[in-house]
Amino acid sequence: MHDAPRAAQPLVALEDVCLVRDGTHILDRVSLDVRAGEIVTLVGQNGAGKSSLVKVALGLLKADAGTVARKPGLRVGYQPQKLTMDSALPLTVRRFLTLTHSAPAARINAVLTDVGMVEMSGADIHILSGGELQRVMLARAMLREPELLVLDEPTQNVDIAGAVDIYKVIVNLRDRTGCGVLLISHDLNVVMAQTNRVYCLNGHICCSGLPADVSRHPEFLRLFGPAAAGMLTIYPHTHDHVHGPGVHDHGHDHHHGHDHDHGGHRHG
Amino acid sequence: MTIITATITTMEVTAMVEGFLLHAILAGCGIAMLAGPLGCVVVWRRMAYFGDTLSHAALMGVALGILAGIDATVGVVATGVAVALLLLALQGQKRLAADTLLGILSHAALSVGLIAISFLDTVRVDLMSYLFGDILAVSDRDLAWIYGGGVVILAALAAIWRPLIALTVHEDTAIAEGVASMRTRLTFMVLIAFTVALAMKLVGVLLITALLIIPAAAARGFARSPEAMAVGAVVAGLIAVGAGLAASVTWDTPSGPSIVAAAAALFALTLAVRGAFSRSTA
Repeated sequence: MHDAPRAAQPLVALEDVCLVRDGTHILDRVSLDVRAGEIVTLVGQNGAGKSSLVKVALGLLKADAGTVARKPGLRVGYQPQKLTMDSALPLTVRRFLTLTHSAPAARINAVLTDVGMVEMSGADIHILSGGELQRVMLARAMLREPELLVLDEPTQNVDIAGAVDIYKVIVNLRDRTGCGVLLISHDLNVVMAQTNRVYCLNGHICCSGLPADVSRHPEFLRLFGPAAAGMLTIYPHTHDHVHGPGVHDHGHDHHHGHDHDHGGHRHG
Repeated sequence: MTIITATITTMEVTAMVEGFLLHAILAGCGIAMLAGPLGCVVVWRRMAYFGDTLSHAALMGVALGILAGIDATVGVVATGVAVALLLLALQGQKRLAADTLLGILSHAALSVGLIAISFLDTVRVDLMSYLFGDILAVSDRDLAWIYGGGVVILAALAAIWRPLIALTVHEDTAIAEGVASMRTRLTFMVLIAFTVALAMKLVGVLLITALLIIPAAAARGFARSPEAMAVGAVVAGLIAVGAGLAASVTWDTPSGPSIVAAAAALFALTLAVRGAFSRSTA
């Protein structure tokens, strides 16, 4: 019993998902799920398929094999990795937030305050810096209090102090609304302290589990090096788990990429 | 006696001129009101080349419409929708870029249209009027099409406006937030096809895209919201139609090119005004 009690039904569940482009497996039999109230983080090097994986989870890309099940009517907030906008389209920050759904002014102000952008609510979105745009995108993703918040590197172009604030905001939203969070991040040191489960992706899922466990996993060490593992262990995990000797109870074969685990939760 | 006859004739001519000028002005204003908001979306979605393709296909639609013995407008709309669907199907393959596909469709449609018209020697088809528009060709029936169809097009555009803007800003986030992408994009393509069919009489198939994008471009510098830009584009289009038709009557120039030239002049003017404005506030 390593995980905190988990919601019975996953918000989104991927099973043995493959994504093939030009004969190459970008995703190879990937299985993961996200449930209400938990933060699931994807780590992996550039080109590991992290962004593709969340797009499959959201239904933006169609899996070539495997199944993707989303809770019917799931309310999603999605912050893409980058947003390139044509400056021919005039748009204020406030309007950007409400492109698909209206929201009360108080809610818009609250969410912009959360990300430190409330003074810019009337500003032309095209004048924002990369970091400011990143914050506004996060505000849009959080605006409707989604059941599932999907964030693709939310702290890109944001300085370290700003990144810490942004993770606080994400955790606060999770604590307040009980939403599930699927997060892609390179900020191993910050993220791991708040993450319930980590999936280490390299086309296939190399290893998954609690941050502290993943950090000791040989596949993780091979991909990120011992220094990264150190980052994970510096920060104690917020949930006080008992890390018994049988932490790697997945029983999967590390040397064979196709026979990977399906997450510790099945056993937890 | 001869003097009186001449006077009557002049009055008749004047009445006739006013009649067709009124038709032209009404038609032009109707098209400007349509082209404003639709043209903005064309500019935002970088669909200018798509507009060109549909316009070129319109010529083929005219020929096919006459050959099939149906109304030319119906032929144009049907051809436009078919080309839009063909383009969507072709975009499924990833090897060739959209502009290459559009280039193929656009010029193939134009060529097939020209060939088809050359076969229509039993029916007199004024090719120049289809290519560049003909002020004299605007009939009561055309006006009814423009205003009746225009109301339907604008109502449909209003219905898809919010999802369309959201998709234009960023498709993935809009879809993730529940926007129906395919349905919205397809509806918009059909609306463009209808607009092309309605605008063809006035400015001709070669210049319709200009009427869509130039007023929108002229309005950009003055707008802070999508809707303000759409309204600005309508105003710019109305000015261009008025100035272009005035020039056409005064100097006996072709109506379509005159309207487009007036729009281009207006765009240049807005650039100059914006330039002066940004320097003074800098």
